[in-house]
Amino acid sequence: MSTDTLAVQPNDIFRPLRILLKETQYELARLLRTRAYSLSVIGFPVMFYLLFGVANRGKPVALYLIAGYACMGVVSACLFGIGLALALERAQGWLDLKRASPMPRSAFLGAKVVSCAAFALIIVAVLVALGTSLGGIRITYAQAAALAGIALAGSIPFAAMGFLIAFLVPPNAGPGIINLIYLPLSFASGFWIPVRFLPHWLQVMAPALPTYHLAQIALAVFGFAPAGGMAVHWAVLGGFTVLMVAAAWITFERSEAKGS
Amino acid sequence: MSITLPAARAASESQTLPAGAAPAPAAASAVATLESVVKRYGRTEAVRGLDLTLRRGEVVALLGPNGAGKTTAVRLLLGLISPDAGRVRVLGQDPRAARARIRIGAMLQVARVPEMLLVREHIELFRSYYPHPLPAAEVVRRAGLEGIESRRLGELSGGQRQRVLFGLALCGDPDLVFLDEPSVGMDLPSRRRLWDEVRGLAAAGKSVLLTTHYLEEADALAHRVVVLEKGRLLCEGTPAEIRQSVCGRRIRCVTRLEPDRLSALPSVTAVKRDREAVIIHAERAEEVLRRLLQEDPSLHGLEVCAAPLEDAFLALTGGDSHR
Repeated sequence: MSTDTLAVQPNDIFRPLRILLKETQYELARLLRTRAYSLSVIGFPVMFYLLFGVANRGKPVALYLIAGYACMGVVSACLFGIGLALALERAQGWLDLKRASPMPRSAFLGAKVVSCAAFALIIVAVLVALGTSLGGIRITYAQAAALAGIALAGSIPFAAMGFLIAFLVPPNAGPGIINLIYLPLSFASGFWIPVRFLPHWLQVMAPALPTYHLAQIALAVFGFAPAGGMAVHWAVLGGFTVLMVAAAWITFERSEAKGS
Repeated sequence: MSITLPAARAASESQTLPAGAAPAPAAASAVATLESVVKRYGRTEAVRGLDLTLRRGEVVALLGPNGAGKTTAVRLLLGLISPDAGRVRVLGQDPRAARARIRIGAMLQVARVPEMLLVREHIELFRSYYPHPLPAAEVVRRAGLEGIESRRLGELSGGQRQRVLFGLALCGDPDLVFLDEPSVGMDLPSRRRLWDEVRGLAAAGKSVLLTTHYLEEADALAHRVVVLEKGRLLCEGTPAEIRQSVCGRRIRCVTRLEPDRLSALPSVTAVKRDREAVIIHAERAEEVLRRLLQEDPSLHGLEVCAAPLEDAFLALTGGDSHR
């Protein structure tokens, strides 16, 4: 009763926050219940680690792949969780219904970012658990915490990329196009094998990819990348975020003018 | 010989009119207006110089063939798109203002809703957007969702999903409700129930703007019908006025008189052959009847009735398909 009376006060400053929490709660529930999403986004890094990490039990490769597959988890959680889901919501008219309501846009967008970051965090936790048990490697608490932090922060630029994809990609072609973006990015950025083993032209190109910089930051946690130059990697990811947000905004305004 | 007198028709009509559909007070204040609004999509003009006013306690139906600009008008009023020229005001404000939106409810054409959430979860989420929401139980009752609150949206039939969308439009206890094709996919009992709720809204002083392809729906619900064509207002009035002004009344009879002679009678607008009989549309049916009976003593099979809204609509929009 008392909470009800509080809830209807017009100048309630916590209202936007409460909407964000509720929106996040249901966005997470929706993603978890959408098996095509939750099983594949968590399942692929786990399956890859069981195949390639556990096969190299106790070797440096088993440690390298923890960082690499964590990055893969971050990127896929964001691109599929936002890019694909929002493309569908937009095409089916659901986004319009939400926009016509007084729901704050920030709560809607924020809930999606937070939900994808939560999935990225789950993936990191599962990988660390697998690595320290079946993978036969040692990971300190500090390293695990650093990786979790990188997964959270790394979700922001790729969530922004997800928003752009949502407004560009025709929803029916969504899964195919997102795979076409995300699999080559994973390969060329050292998520699966170190960049120095790639063909020379790919090595030259890699620093132009945002995923390369995410990988460098994550790999540095275990000493597979130079600890120096972190500021540059973060700056590139920050710039990439701004670019994606701006492009997504312009695309959204354009689609609005066309009325689609 | 069967004669359906206009008076009898009018009486039977007034019986079917619910309390909520009593004529809305004409002087009531405007809650939503479009003033000379123009909206272009690329080179096509979806709405060209449209004026529209929705008053307090009024149910207005927007009618028109596909591409007439109905949905564009609703989207403009919801602030989902902005006009290229003219002015849109909703509850005295720009429709994009959050203060306006908390008093508005909208039911749009949604091809698919997020299927993994339960009915009650959707309701709870939409209620959280409003400072003074309706109790969840009230939303469930009004939208007829009893017994399916714990079902996922993906498990519902098309009509049930429409009812959920109607419920979401009611969550904020809105003063102004937009319903875009509300009863598509609903079975007859659901549609009747929706109509009762819409009448209830109007009776409670709320305003409703609905677009529909079902002319029966406009006829049963609307205080005022606004017919759009190619982005312009073609005509507006009560359903009865529109029928009367466009088609007048319809006389069907078997007569020896030639169609040319019938067309020449005063106020006759159209003459059509219908099997052994003819159908005559006339503005002043009584006058035409007197002449007919005078000139053809053998005239029989006489029926007179108000033209259905559908005829008026087809006549207005040049006989285009009304889908």
